[in-house]
Order: sequence, then C-alpha cells, then structure tokens
Amino acid sequence: MEHYLSLFLKATFIENMALAFFLGMCSFLAVSKKVETAIGLGAAVIFVLGVTTPVNAALMHWVLKPDALIVGLDLSFLAFLTYIGTIAAMTQIVEMALDKYAPALYGALGVFLPLIAVNCAILGASLFMAERDYTIGESVVFGFGSGLGWALAIVALAALREKLRYNQVPVALRGLGLSFMIAGLMAMAFMVFSGIQL
Amino acid sequence: MATKTKELILDPLFNNNPIAVQILGICSALAVTTKLETAVVMTLGVTVVTAFSNLAVSAIRERIPPSIRIIVQLTVIASLVIVTDQVLKAYMYAISKQLSVFVGLIITNCIVMGRAEAFAMQNPPWRSFVDGIGNGLGYGIVLILVAVVRELLGSGKFAGMAVLPTINEGGWYNPNGLMVLAPGAFFLIAVFIWVLRTVRPQLAEAE
Repeated sequence: MEHYLSLFLKATFIENMALAFFLGMCSFLAVSKKVETAIGLGAAVIFVLGVTTPVNAALMHWVLKPDALIVGLDLSFLAFLTYIGTIAAMTQIVEMALDKYAPALYGALGVFLPLIAVNCAILGASLFMAERDYTIGESVVFGFGSGLGWALAIVALAALREKLRYNQVPVALRGLGLSFMIAGLMAMAFMVFSGIQL
Repeated sequence: MATKTKELILDPLFNNNPIAVQILGICSALAVTTKLETAVVMTLGVTVVTAFSNLAVSAIRERIPPSIRIIVQLTVIASLVIVTDQVLKAYMYAISKQLSVFVGLIITNCIVMGRAEAFAMQNPPWRSFVDGIGNGLGYGIVLILVAVVRELLGSGKFAGMAVLPTINEGGWYNPNGLMVLAPGAFFLIAVFIWVLRTVRPQLAEAE
C-alpha cells in the first residue's frame, strides 16, 4: 500500500508531467485561458490517462514483450503503434460512453475529448510506464497520479492567466511569451518537491 | 516554382516558425535541449519524420476518407517514428538512451500532425515534402539555439567540449544550475519569443 501511495505522490508532484517533463505543453498553453475550460480538460486528461496507461501496460506485458505471446517472438518494436492505437481507440470509446451515460459531463468536455488523443502527456505516460516496467497495479496508480498532476498544473496556470488580464504587459511578451515565464516560475515552485525521497 | 520552393523552406524558419509563432511541438523543444548533441539528433529525427509523413499523407490524400483521416495520419507517423527509433537504437545507442521517451513522442509532436493536417492534405507531394523539411528546420533552429545557451551556461560546454572551465575542474566559471533544470528552459523559450516578436512586431498577439 505504502509503495502505491509514494508512487502516486511521486507522479503527481515530484515528477509532474507538465512542469518537470514538459509533456502536454501544446494544450497546456493553448487551453489555459479560462479556469473553467482548464478544469474540463484536466478532468478529461485524468480520466483518459487512468484508463489508457493500465491498458497499455496489459498489452505490453501479455502481447508485446519478448516471449509473451509466442516463445521466440519479440513484438516490442510495434510498441509505439500499439500505444497510439490504444489511445485513439480509448478516447473514442470514452467519448461514446460519456455521450450515452453522462451527457452533462460530455457537454462540458466538448471538443477536448478528441484532442486528448494527440496530447503528448497521454502517450508519454505509456512510454514511461514501458521504460520503467511498471506492473498493471502500479500503472493504474501512475496513470491517475500523473493525470492529477497535469490537471493541477493547468488549472493553476489558467487561474494565474485570468488575473494577468488586468496587467500592462509589453506587447511582444503578451500571450505565449508570458505564459512561458509563468510556467517557468511554476516549475521552480514545483522543484521544492524534488528533494523529497519517498 | 524555384522561388516557391525556397519560400517553403525559408518561411517556417522565422516568419512562420512552428514553435514561436504556430505554438506547435513545444514539449520536446523544452525536454531535449540540455545538450547540443541531443537537440541536433532530435532536429534530424523530427525533420525526417515531418518530411516523409507529409510526402506519404499528401500522396494518398485523395483516398483518405475524411472521417478517419486522423487515425490514418497517426498510423503513417507512428510507422515513420518506429523506423527512426530503430535507426537511432542501431547506430546511436547512447543518444537514443538519453532521448528516452522523447523519440516516441515525435508521434504526438504537434508539428508533424499539424503540418500533415494543415498542409499535406491540400498540397501535392513534392511541395508537402519541402514544407516538411522547412518546418522541421524551423523547429530545429529554436531547439539548437536554446540548447547552445543551456549547455554553455548550465555546464560551461559547447557540443561536449569545455569552453568555460568550471570551478569543479579547476577553472573560474560557476555553472548556472538553473539552466539545466526545467524552469531554465521555460525562461529561455520565453525570451526567444520575446526577442522574435520585438524584431517582427506583426507577430505579437492582439489584446
């Protein structure tokens, strides 16, 4: 239990997807203009990460690993294609399921769901999972933890950017440039976690 | 035609730079720039993948049903990235280890996907191929600039050779540790965008 808890905290804070590994930066900067939409996207990312990471872990352990399917067969070179296929398919399934069973949530997430298929945080989590050889239980925890960390970061950035609307910013720095500066400061803040040994 | 090809290559370098203007492909731009060597390898990888995925997508663009085009593009891109990854593992194993997951993440690099969707779907193969090279290089120019600064200030080296002798090795330069960490990358890209948009004011964002 303790092992899972520390893995969760590590994925959420110490190795924050957005601020320590720069993953999912495109939507991190593009969709952080309003807190409301940032929360929607964050929720969708937590959900999809929590589902795809364990599914990819299962595929890795039982199909792709050397000798997993048939002895002497090594399919690990197909990993990228499999992971991205799973992610695209899972987003599609999640989208359909939400549309049918939770229309309110589906309406709130709107266009963000299909966009998630190309969010690098999702694929990144699967690749980290493969590189660190997590078991299926660990990958569930890792998926949810890193999703939560990413969601926290984007909501915080959106809240900061909403406040900044009232400030006088040099014209050339407006928008993207300033968002990078803020993200840099946030990354510095998140570095306080980096010394923690769990 | 000759001038057009030239424009296709030169335009993404500054005026329409994928990172600073189109806001594409930022993830890997930040992560692989602690050293010049990895940045150059990453640039090569992205340029090759963008060029060939543009070529392939453009060649089959009239046969792709619109409703499944994203999946088709992703499959083309993923196959090219697998080839790149295998080549890197075979010939540059040490660098491929350092780049770790970021080679795989070329698949979701928005530049590749964005150019396939925005350019290759409407243009003939040769023009798309050149556009891919141009955008790959435009991405690379930012990557290499950032990597040079980070490596020089962060560890006093240029492409692995010691330029500023550090204190640890008996020299005088006290390395700026912030540069090799995550925040340094964010600040540098911010400054880069700031400079670019001061030089070319038409690129600045509206109120």
